[in-house]
Amino acid sequence: MPTLLSGNEAIARGAWEAGVTVCTGYPGTPSTEILESLVKMPGARCEWSPNEKVALEVAAGASMAGARSLVTMKHVGLNVAADPFMTLAYTGVGAGLVIVVADDPGMHSSQNEQDSRRWGPFGKVPILEPSDSAEAREMAIAAFELSESLDMPVLLRSTTRLSHSKSLVEVGERTERRGWPYAKNPPKWVMMPGNAKRRRVDLDSRLRRAAAASEGSPFTVEEIRDAAVGVVTSGVAYQYVREALPSASTLKLGMTFPLPIERIRQFATKVHDLYVVEELDPYLLESLRAAGISVTDVAVPHIGELSPTIVAQAFGEPALETRQPILDLPDRPPMLCAGCPHRGVFRALREMNATVVGDIGCYTLAALPPLAAMDTCLCMGASIGMARGFQLGSPVGAVSASPVVAVIGDSTFAHSGMTGLLEMTYNGGDATVVILDNRVTAMTGHQDNPFTGRTLSGEPAPQIDIEGLVRALGVKDVTTVDPNLLRPTEKALRDAVQAPGVSVVIARAPCIMLSRERGVPFAVDAEKCDSCGECVRLGCPAISRGEHSRATIDAAACAGCRQCVQVCRVGAIKKVLAADAECAR
Amino acid sequence: MNTETVLLVGVGGQGTILASDVLAKVATAAGMDVKLAEVHGMSQRGGSVDTVVRIGDKVASPVIGPGMADHMVSFELLEAARWLPYLKPEGRLVVNTRMIAPLPVLIGQWATPTGMYAALVYEGAVMLDAEALACEAGSPRSANIVLLGALSRGLPFPGDSWRECIAARVPPKTVEGNLAAFDLGCAACEKEACET
Repeated sequence: MPTLLSGNEAIARGAWEAGVTVCTGYPGTPSTEILESLVKMPGARCEWSPNEKVALEVAAGASMAGARSLVTMKHVGLNVAADPFMTLAYTGVGAGLVIVVADDPGMHSSQNEQDSRRWGPFGKVPILEPSDSAEAREMAIAAFELSESLDMPVLLRSTTRLSHSKSLVEVGERTERRGWPYAKNPPKWVMMPGNAKRRRVDLDSRLRRAAAASEGSPFTVEEIRDAAVGVVTSGVAYQYVREALPSASTLKLGMTFPLPIERIRQFATKVHDLYVVEELDPYLLESLRAAGISVTDVAVPHIGELSPTIVAQAFGEPALETRQPILDLPDRPPMLCAGCPHRGVFRALREMNATVVGDIGCYTLAALPPLAAMDTCLCMGASIGMARGFQLGSPVGAVSASPVVAVIGDSTFAHSGMTGLLEMTYNGGDATVVILDNRVTAMTGHQDNPFTGRTLSGEPAPQIDIEGLVRALGVKDVTTVDPNLLRPTEKALRDAVQAPGVSVVIARAPCIMLSRERGVPFAVDAEKCDSCGECVRLGCPAISRGEHSRATIDAAACAGCRQCVQVCRVGAIKKVLAADAECAR
Repeated sequence: MNTETVLLVGVGGQGTILASDVLAKVATAAGMDVKLAEVHGMSQRGGSVDTVVRIGDKVASPVIGPGMADHMVSFELLEAARWLPYLKPEGRLVVNTRMIAPLPVLIGQWATPTGMYAALVYEGAVMLDAEALACEAGSPRSANIVLLGALSRGLPFPGDSWRECIAARVPPKTVEGNLAAFDLGCAACEKEACET
């Protein structure tokens, strides 16, 4: 009986069936669940690496040593891993090496929506693109075969709607692969100029073989229906085309680099008008036109996600009848959880009127009102280097009016924050860095990292000492605070910005979602509340303004963190009985 | 069977993913083709979330647009209003009457929206206080299963199959409470005469 699997679970299953033995990655939506699924299967060593570059290097080494290897990341993770990636096609592989990259069209949980298909021609690496979970499994298996037959790494490209959609999959059994024994071969493995020049020429012959494999790929499927309209498409966009234009003929591309240009040409001869439907960049469109294939224009947007509705509208299909929206409604942006320890730090930074150079994690949500305490968010690890830049680039005197503070999470600091800190200490920086140490990689669903003391497999690991690490990087002024204690946190931050040189404040308290026991919830004494709004300005989901603008606390949502108790000037916030909170309504 | 589309909407953390998983398993057990699209990541931190479950002989897209849902279950009052255009005019609507104030309301940037209850009743919604029923079954955390009970009345799958899939999916200690929650959701729906 077929099993319902997400695209990510299906990729994991396929890789496992293909006998993968080394799997690495860094958590990133929408790719995270691939390794989380694989680690539950026997026979494969799975590891979270500190970042994607290291993850790819581990997988590359394992491939050279003879193990089928898988590495997973989100689209922006491949930017971090781009350095090894761009040379791996030159060296080629030992045993199969598959790189899974998951794009996020529509930016559900990302800072950009770059199109990873561009890495194919850029890095000269073949790409497979599944359109549902069954194909995700099959392609994961085929990717290893292809990698070995072509002597190239293979990119398996997913998107949010592939990774996080579930569909039925017929699974198979695992085939154990014997290792390819490593043999010294400097002309292949040592990419110094003399060797690299020869490998570059050899790479072109491998690319020609890849193009032949693409022409013959069983994953590229031609379906002739009504010959009036022919659509070239790939990935989940194929499903939208099937839904929106059920009578259209389709050529679903399974391998999107190198493209099967001859098959596309043949398909074009069988249909009257040829169209391209693809999510994000006009990658296929440009390639087809460059090959001299005539493509009819259609207004499919190149920004954001597609849907059956968007595809139907682009082709002039009448809109479906819908119900009218009821009201003009307030948005519902995500927000820091009730009891989130990050809140204490951002409240203090707001009170200090700091210029907060931010980073990537749950805490990026502190940019929203009422905390509104983050000035920038660019990419993983950017905060510390950018804070140094703010300091260098600001007019003399401006920095003291609004102190520059970099804010970075524990996992992000391990990922790519440490080098920024070295820049500061090496070049005489004078900024404050706050490491928000909530003991977990929270945003992506609570993964372990080098500071948590546990590996992906759940084994104990050395718990890297952040204070010691920061000192070793040359910082003399290091303070650790509990961010749930608001006054000591604010004092530590004010002292740090006053101190000369680089100061690091480690704000350490576990993510509220990891706390097994919820604290006793609190309530507002309406008699005492003077409606000042200080507690509301914490931006806690449990606190709102009720009658006469007085604060109220939703006992069912309250995590009992006591932060609001500390900001209330009239002592109006008191504990309630836990039993009343559970089923208070 | 033509494709039946169920849209589950709510607020990140309310258990929409677990509920949609159960529905997808029930449909799979009935031998149907199923596709399910869910949202992970940042919106799970209290943002507006939607999960789509599509069931049929052969389902193409996991994602839908406005006017494509045959059934909509809203775990929260405001989200029901927000997502209403996704429901077909003849579609079936189940709504949890609880409102979770979104950020602009919490901080006083936006007045608490009013009139939604009446508007949703006018739209033919089955209105349930899922938390109250879940408390009756033992824990407010099974509100999602109460709503599944109400949804199940409009779908052609046997009650035993729902119960089996719920028991297999929820934490072992909570099976009994969740099955009670499911039954209360079914019963509440019968009172509302909401079988399609």
